[in-house]
Parts: sequence; C-alpha cells; structure tokens
Amino acid sequence: MNEKIHVKTKINDDYVEFLCEARQSLLEVLRDVLDMTGTKEGCNDGNCGACTVILDGRIVDSCLVLAVEVSGKEIITIEGVANVDKLHPIQQAFLEQAALQCGICTPGFIVASKALLDRESNVDEGRIRHWLAGNLCRCTGYDKIVRAVMAAQENTKI
Amino acid sequence: MQGDLILKNFQYSAPLTLDQALQYMDSFGSKAKALAGGTDILVQLRGNRFDMEMLVDVKSIPELNELSYTDSAGLSVGAAVPCVRIYEDSLIQQNYPCLVDAAYLIGGIQIQGRATIGGNLCNASPSGDTIPALIALGAEAIVCSKRGYRSIPAEDFCVGPGQNGLENGELLVSIKFPPPKLYSGAHFLRFIPRNEMDIAVANVGVALTLDSNKQTIESARIALGAVGPTPLLATTASDFLVGKEISDDNLYGAAEIAKQIASPITDMRGTINQRMHLVGVLTKRALQKAIERAKGV
Repeated sequence: MNEKIHVKTKINDDYVEFLCEARQSLLEVLRDVLDMTGTKEGCNDGNCGACTVILDGRIVDSCLVLAVEVSGKEIITIEGVANVDKLHPIQQAFLEQAALQCGICTPGFIVASKALLDRESNVDEGRIRHWLAGNLCRCTGYDKIVRAVMAAQENTKI
Repeated sequence: MQGDLILKNFQYSAPLTLDQALQYMDSFGSKAKALAGGTDILVQLRGNRFDMEMLVDVKSIPELNELSYTDSAGLSVGAAVPCVRIYEDSLIQQNYPCLVDAAYLIGGIQIQGRATIGGNLCNASPSGDTIPALIALGAEAIVCSKRGYRSIPAEDFCVGPGQNGLENGELLVSIKFPPPKLYSGAHFLRFIPRNEMDIAVANVGVALTLDSNKQTIESARIALGAVGPTPLLATTASDFLVGKEISDDNLYGAAEIAKQIASPITDMRGTINQRMHLVGVLTKRALQKAIERAKGV
C-alpha cells in the first residue's frame, strides 16, 4: 500500500480535499478519486488536449500535472463551465453548430475555448485555430468547432 | 487508466528553498529527478525510462522562478519559468525575440503554460526546440550542487540523446543570456510538416552582430538541431561569416558549410537528405531574418 498524500485545493469554486499517491495525475484523481468524469483521457501524454483543465487561470493537460502539485491552486473543469440551469454560451454554440460527434474531445475543446474567450476579445479564426492546436478531434475536422467558438464569441458580445 | 498500470510510485517533495532541494538531489543521487513543467518527465516516467525514487518539484524555489533583465547583466531565466512567461515578457520580446520565436512554438498553449526552457535543456532531446536558440544566443546554464555553483555553455550542456551534463546532486538553477550587443539580431526556425504541435525535422538558431555601417558581419553563431545526437554549434560556418559582407553568396556559403557538421538520421519524421537540405534552407533564412533584426528593419 503506497503512502497517500493529503491535498487541499479548489475545484470549480469549491474547496476540495483528497488523498492521492505521488504518482497519480490530476486527471486520474479527477476521474477516479473525485468521480468528476467530465474531463476525458485521450492520449495520456500531452498530445491531444482531451483532459484540458484551467489551472490558476492557464489551460493545462491534466494528464501532465501530478495531483500533488495542485495543493493551494484553483482548478476549473468542464463541470464548472455551465451555470446551474443554463449552458455556457460556448456549450450552446457547440450544440447549435453540431461541433461534436463522439464527444471525447469536446470537454477539452470547450474548456480551452472558454479560457481563450475569457482572456481575449475579438479573436479571429486564425487565433482560435492557433489556440486550439493542442486539442485534437478525430471526427469533425475542426471547422465546426472553430465556427462554434466564433459564434459563441458573437453571442456573448453585449 | 493507463498510468495506473505502469507508473511506479515515488516520493514527492516541493522544497521552498534551493538548499533543501540540493539536499534531496544530493542524498538521492541518480535516483532523484527534478520536476518543473512535467511535460517530458511525466511521460518518460510512464514509459519506465528511469529508476527514480524522489521527484523534486522545483517550482516553489525562488531562484528557479526568477526572470530578470538589465542592460548591463543581460537576461536570467529561472529553470522553472514556463514558456508563456518568456514569450509574454515585454523586455524579452524587445531584447531577445529569438527566444520568443522558440518558446512560442513549443507544443500547444496547454504545454506552453507548464513547459520550461530549463526542462527543455535538461531533457537534452536532439530536436529540443529552444536549445539551438540558447546556443546561438550564447546562453550559459547555471547549475548548483552542495559543492557550489558552476556554469556550462549551452552548446556543451547536452552530451548525448536524452543525456545532459549534470552530475549527480546537481540542479539547473537558471539560464543566463549576455545583453544584446548594438546592431545584433537573432532568429530561430523550425521545420515541421504541420503548423503546430510537432517535433522538429530540423531546427536552426542563429545570432549575429553587424558593424556600425550594417554592411559587414562582425560575429555570428549558428546552431543546428535534430541533425545530430545533440544540438550543435556550427563553429566553422559561424566563423566563415566573420568579416564578410552581407550578401546572398556569403549567407549561402555559411549555410552550405553548416551542413558539414550535420549527421542526421532517417526516421519517421524525415530522411537524411531532407534534413541536410533543411539545414541549408533554414540556416540561410534564419540568417536573413537575423540580419533584418540587426538592422532594425
């Protein structure tokens, strides 16, 4: 039995405590310890972006973060993107633009897109494609995803 | 999950001081590894690349997080500073655009928020994207152990594929860059078949200084990556340019000479011929852009 480490962190604005082994990734703890299975495992080596979460304001691949590293940090996962009773505009746009098929990459794309639209305004197609280069989709071919992010941007303009 | 099956457990520590970190590096010796961004080491641990007992997270150590620049001392980048802090820094953008070129094309945004140039150097991949830029810019790796500090020129830091020159007990603390000289410019170029998120087929970093008339090259450093067991300083090609006028012929000449030290392999990313060709093309283009920057165009 490996020694467990006690970690206190903040996930989607809630204070969370968990026990983990040093070797466990944040992705593993989110899914298998905290039962937050919205974040997906794709490649488990930092190539596909399916496990993207926001860590202290920056997107990271949660498969390449050890769970012990998030002590005292703030994490946003796909579960924290929607309001209680309403989808986030990016989620709504993904539905309306049919920007998903199998759905495995979708949480990663939505979290990464949210981080972009939260940081920058008036992003163009080139910027969206560059920002999302670390997210792979093997179904849609990206066009609908990029269009959905652009539509979400339009819909959130006041 | 995949990681469950193959990632062996280890001890983890996140020391708050350099002394404490060096204590761990010293007592665990070859069984200790440093963790900065984790974008290489966690993947390698899953692949059982090394027998490790202690992972020392260096991100809480002040010296390794420092990013400082002065006109007299130049730039110091702590070994745990992620790429995003480098390319978003206005002083680095202004004084070391070549470093921004390299830091901005490592992985995607997710990787750039975590990956460090210190880690890139320590990982010592033949194709490591910041390493030719570091070599061209004349960077020095500042390493520390319980015995004290020493400095290693970037071109001597990598000693083989995936092997760095650190001794047991040593930790990379920072990377120092000399202040940019007047009329100097540098550039980094990588060739990959995609736009982003790929490993270099070949990459080249160059830095040069012009005379005050901006006609003649006074000094040059050309560095090549992914075309040998380690990134290389192309000394003969660099020296060829010293005292030469800026002309297409001279830049082409240097690019041809640079090929002589390349010893690429054929693999899934490219053939020997393609890589040799790329050394020529990338060297010439990087020189042209570095000259533009030196002229302040």
